[in-house]
Amino acid sequence: MANTKLLGLFQDPQEAADAITALREDGFPHEDMDVYSGSPFPEGTFGEYEAAHRLYVFPLVGALVGFAIGLLITAGTQISYPLVTGGKPILSIPPMTVIMYEMTMLSAIIFTVLGILFESRLPKARLGLYDARITEGYIGIIVACPQERAEAADGVLRRVGAEDVKREGQ
Amino acid sequence: MYYRRTVSDAQINRELLDNVLNTNVRWVVLAAICGLLVAVAVSAAGFLVNQGLGVTGLNRPVFWGFFITNFIFWVGISHAGVMISAILRLSQAEWRRPMVRAAETMTVFALMTSLMMPIIHAGRPWRIFYWVLPYDFARGIWPDVRSPLVWDPTAITTYLTSSMLFVFTALIPDFAVIRDRSTGWRHVVYGALAMGWHGNPRQWKLQGIAGVLLSALILPVFVSVHSIVSWDFGVSLVPSWHVTVFAPYFVVGAVLSGVSAVVTLMIVMRRLFHLENYIWEEHIDGLARLLVVVALGWHFLFWLELVFALWLLEDQEITVWMLRLFEPPWSWFFATFYLCSFVIPVPLWMFRRVRRSFQMMLITSLLVNVGMFFERLIIIVPALMRKGPFTFQYGTYRPSIVEVTIVAGTFFLVGFLMLMFSKFFPLIPIWEMKEGQRLVDNVQVGRVSVPALVKE
Repeated sequence: MANTKLLGLFQDPQEAADAITALREDGFPHEDMDVYSGSPFPEGTFGEYEAAHRLYVFPLVGALVGFAIGLLITAGTQISYPLVTGGKPILSIPPMTVIMYEMTMLSAIIFTVLGILFESRLPKARLGLYDARITEGYIGIIVACPQERAEAADGVLRRVGAEDVKREGQ
Repeated sequence: MYYRRTVSDAQINRELLDNVLNTNVRWVVLAAICGLLVAVAVSAAGFLVNQGLGVTGLNRPVFWGFFITNFIFWVGISHAGVMISAILRLSQAEWRRPMVRAAETMTVFALMTSLMMPIIHAGRPWRIFYWVLPYDFARGIWPDVRSPLVWDPTAITTYLTSSMLFVFTALIPDFAVIRDRSTGWRHVVYGALAMGWHGNPRQWKLQGIAGVLLSALILPVFVSVHSIVSWDFGVSLVPSWHVTVFAPYFVVGAVLSGVSAVVTLMIVMRRLFHLENYIWEEHIDGLARLLVVVALGWHFLFWLELVFALWLLEDQEITVWMLRLFEPPWSWFFATFYLCSFVIPVPLWMFRRVRRSFQMMLITSLLVNVGMFFERLIIIVPALMRKGPFTFQYGTYRPSIVEVTIVAGTFFLVGFLMLMFSKFFPLIPIWEMKEGQRLVDNVQVGRVSVPALVKE
């Protein structure tokens, strides 16, 4: 049961990757580790654990919702006040498609952004264990472990080159 | 010689956040001037609302003048941001990095400004909501969805919301950078905006997908917006407006004016905020090459419009084109538009020295937008003021001082909003610049060191 967290700070990406390997070799589970960085690195740089995401579902659902809203607005408003103008049909499809298209795209984009936030697990109420040096170029390796293994994790992080190791609550 | 500057993460933070974390005297002076001039324009708009449309130069039969011209102009400018950002992101063009945020932000502010113009043009701004929003439940009278004047706000609202979300999503990692370098209330505000961003691999991966996915979703919206604006004209029965080529002509024209505006913006930003390490000759060169392609495409569509109009030999079409081409002041405006938008800048952009000169690119990009403003003016006014059958009143249009003040004020408004944005957020995406630094290297080939891009 993980009940404390440690953050090791590295300047060199290679050392950070080595830290993940060393921690795994020392018996720390992959899914209890995380990597924090101030900018993106190529996928797999640190051999980190990666959970699947379902971001691509969000725009599709959004598009369907938007299309339905667009249809409701265009058809509903015309049917509720059926005023014939210029001999044109009450439900005039070509102009309706303009508004339905815009509503579809708008909703798809809003759902995509919501999906990005949801899948990124944002917003978070608390920042938790973190260090401002991460956005200065340092790489943070987070390891969650039971209290009794904290010293071992600290030792591993320092052995592979961590410039600093912080513990939760310190 | 093509070369790169290597900057550390700490240096990127320091230089790109300089205006956010410190007070720049030039910024204060410019913001004060722009703010003052915006206040003058707001006063003019207040005067117009109080007095009514009689204080404008609008009169039968010309009911669309400077305000609608300016509306189309700013919608056009707004097309650069997302177009540049989306296309360059989708094509993974490395040189996009310093320009995407500023271009996207300009899209947002240009759209806000453009949206104000029809509202001011209505004379009684509050009444416009009856025409465009389906909210009047008491009377049960709804907006007419068959009217292009309802399509317009729908499209622009969609584009504006999408662009704001696009900018916001890419800003989240930069909020975290500011959170980490600020104290007090700023730390609290930026912390709330960063929403607990850590920058773990999952968040970075989703941030990368977000850029591509949102780009792919916004591109069709971007094309639809100016097409719909063009249909304000195209679906009417006014000669010279009722042409099928208007949608692509407007879209490509918007891209031309928008990309030119981005060039202007990049050069001004570079000078104002000392961004020499981030905005280089090759960025401006890349945009100039893009401008050549866009300008040629736009020119082709412009001639199609002219040839199709004259080919029919219809009196009304020819009357409008005679006004545009031979009747002063419209002929002067036409000459200004054609010279500024195409004849002068495009041949100049063929020369590498011009494309890599900040001064020349500033002048030519400004010229294009002067020309494009006149283009929109000569599309609108001569078509309405022509003498035709059943027209008992015809004549010219001269914008009043109130209109000129409001329209001039919109330029300062966009400048003011950009300056305000630059005070609170970095105009160049910090995390994208850091990522870009990581993926480049220099390869020694014989006696030269060639910059190389390393990609997955």
